[in-house]
Amino acid sequence: MEATAHIATRAVNDDAFKDIAPGRIALWWFLASEIMVFGGFITCYVLFRYAHGGWEEAAAHVNWRLGSLNTVVLLTSSLTMILAHYSIKTEDQRGVKTFLALTILLGFTFLVVKGFEYHAEFAEGFTPLSGLFWSFYFLMTGLHGLHLLAGIIINISLLTMAMRGTIWAHRDRVEFGGLYWHFVDVVWIFLFPLLYLM
Amino acid sequence: MATATSSAIAVGTHHEPHSGFWRNYVFSVDHKVIAKQYLWLSLFMALIGGASAYLIRWQLAWPETYVPGWGYVEPQTYNAIITMHGTIMVFFVAMPFVLGAFGNYLIPLMVGADDMAFPRLNMMSIWTLTVSSAVLIASFFVPAGPAAGGWTAYAPLSARAIYTGVYWGQNLWLVAVALEFASFLMGGINFLTTALNLRAPGMTLWRLPLLVWMELIAAVLFLLSVGPLIAGAFMLLLDRMAGTSFFVPDKGGGDPLLWQHLFWFFGHPEVYVIGLPGFGIMMEIIPVFSRKPIFGYKTIVWGTLGAAVLSFLVWAHHMFVSGMDPRLATPFSITTILISVPFAIMVFSMVATLWGGKIELATPMLFAVGGLATFVIGGVTGVFLGSAGLDIYLHGTYFVVAHFHYTLMPLAIFGGFAGVYYWFPKMFGRMMNETLGKIHFLFTFVCFNCVFIPLFLTGVAGNPRRIYETSAYDYLKGVQPLHVIATIATLGLLIGQLPFVVNFFLSMARGRKAGRNPWNANTLEWCTDSPPPHGNFSEPIVVYRDPYEYGNPDMPKDWMAQNEPPPGLTPARDTGGSNQMKRTGTR
Repeated sequence: MEATAHIATRAVNDDAFKDIAPGRIALWWFLASEIMVFGGFITCYVLFRYAHGGWEEAAAHVNWRLGSLNTVVLLTSSLTMILAHYSIKTEDQRGVKTFLALTILLGFTFLVVKGFEYHAEFAEGFTPLSGLFWSFYFLMTGLHGLHLLAGIIINISLLTMAMRGTIWAHRDRVEFGGLYWHFVDVVWIFLFPLLYLM
Repeated sequence: MATATSSAIAVGTHHEPHSGFWRNYVFSVDHKVIAKQYLWLSLFMALIGGASAYLIRWQLAWPETYVPGWGYVEPQTYNAIITMHGTIMVFFVAMPFVLGAFGNYLIPLMVGADDMAFPRLNMMSIWTLTVSSAVLIASFFVPAGPAAGGWTAYAPLSARAIYTGVYWGQNLWLVAVALEFASFLMGGINFLTTALNLRAPGMTLWRLPLLVWMELIAAVLFLLSVGPLIAGAFMLLLDRMAGTSFFVPDKGGGDPLLWQHLFWFFGHPEVYVIGLPGFGIMMEIIPVFSRKPIFGYKTIVWGTLGAAVLSFLVWAHHMFVSGMDPRLATPFSITTILISVPFAIMVFSMVATLWGGKIELATPMLFAVGGLATFVIGGVTGVFLGSAGLDIYLHGTYFVVAHFHYTLMPLAIFGGFAGVYYWFPKMFGRMMNETLGKIHFLFTFVCFNCVFIPLFLTGVAGNPRRIYETSAYDYLKGVQPLHVIATIATLGLLIGQLPFVVNFFLSMARGRKAGRNPWNANTLEWCTDSPPPHGNFSEPIVVYRDPYEYGNPDMPKDWMAQNEPPPGLTPARDTGGSNQMKRTGTR
């Protein structure tokens, strides 16, 4: 009796997952489901492209120079985002504001460049209805752009908090905003070669 | 901070109970109120789903006759009704019932938390689902009626309005389903975070009640499977509204098969998203009413995790006759038949729990065991359909219809009813009436089997599903009596729900008062008031035991609550870190 009761009746400290902030767990799960959404698009695109020939011709019309420029812009914005997060850790008040502002600026730069690309493509007569490549191109870059816009809005709210000084009570949020921002960046890292370089 | 008292302080301060009707009952952030809202919503949608079943069955038994209370069912209406029946029952009845209601109500209580990790997100998820339901209901009233392309919305039928004659109906269907997904993504993130993060001291992962495990795994499955279908829904909406051709082979070379792949990559895990919580409810009830520990706790958890992984690799068994590469059939047959192993483990574990137990056939137990027994038929016929050779014959017949009703009804509906009868005392503080409950069970169990066993037979006779009038085909003249039997049984099944409705409302008002723990059960929800107060627990919770310590002959009583300290130990000493510390978000 002693032995059986002994094993089952201790209060065990199981800290598995418990030392992770709830927001971080939630955000990672959110990102996992987002990865499945973009994963779905990318898989469909790759399979279609593999199954049907002749997409190279359509793909030759995208502007790889502007695409490359945007890749550089977005990668740089990830760097500034990390620096903003680093400034939180080192309690650098000016750094947080500067780097968040830079990240927002780079995000807008990306969207503006993308806008010029869309404009040029529409002017040449390429629309989402000009064949499957273009349908995929506009759908995937469009949704990516919307995600980036959401990231910009998140960063603007973080910047507002930084201006008011309230961010120091919610330091995690810079990390969470950063995770989301890097996710949007990583999606682009997949989209860029698939749409521009193949 | 590493004492039990710190969590006691935090319990009360998390969010104050608000006063006022709107704050308390409508825009509440309390997980218990939200769970009840899910329950009401699913019961309301079940009325529409049940009414549609009535129309479908009447038309099949007595084609083109006057349906009492409705009128004649036109062919176009019939297509719309079967589409809405499937959509409503899967997305708006089963999911809010077993995930929304029981997941929300029980996960925080069972892990010993004062609420969900994100109460406001929780409120947003129920209201997103409410809007989604409203959009779906609104689609009944747009010109040309609701979606009519089947609940699976196969392209190209769904991709061009001209094929079904429905434009706005199908668009609204897509919007409603997309909102439904958003709602359950929010809910799922809450389930996961709460179960992983807010466990009371001592509540290790291996001490979680199995229902929590099942809700947890269901939430993961949903989160990881729904993404590609969200992508597909975007593409389908563009096909319909902008004229792209992702799923239509007309100009750009789109492929209708792609939709089927995306749909079933989600659709198969979705079956388990609905099914696992149903299993979880049975696994809570069967040990309590057998007065025995559950058999093979860890085996069940590992088996379920295995089934969850496998469920991503079986989807093409829905597509054996779709025109996909036939070489894919064998691997998908193998994975499909393989996945019956973990489910057999779960079923046999529950049967082994019954073995030699002190079984008490109260209403919750009747529904649990009845659901378990009927599920076996659904599971076994699944093996038939999983083998590609046999599926070529049975695909798209009533055999399939009977099969999936035999899997989903026992888990979502029998399991759900078992849960309502079992947790009603906790939810409303009063007991339900046993006599009415047993009448309800008898009607449900007998009529359910009388509906779907005939449909297995019509399926084997080659009766295709989704056709408006079976009797129009010479070779199906012989199965018509079976359709009549199924329809009469459906009427019985629907009428048999009346005792439940009466019982539910009568018991809510006049039922016998339930104490804290009317079933002598172990899990944490029973160690607080019925119904639990705002914040759930009035004293700090420390867990010392596994959830199923029933019938230990060495103990003075045959149950041991999870938070009952071992003899000679004062609760304050042996505790772990607070489960409330991380709420502030600062580290």
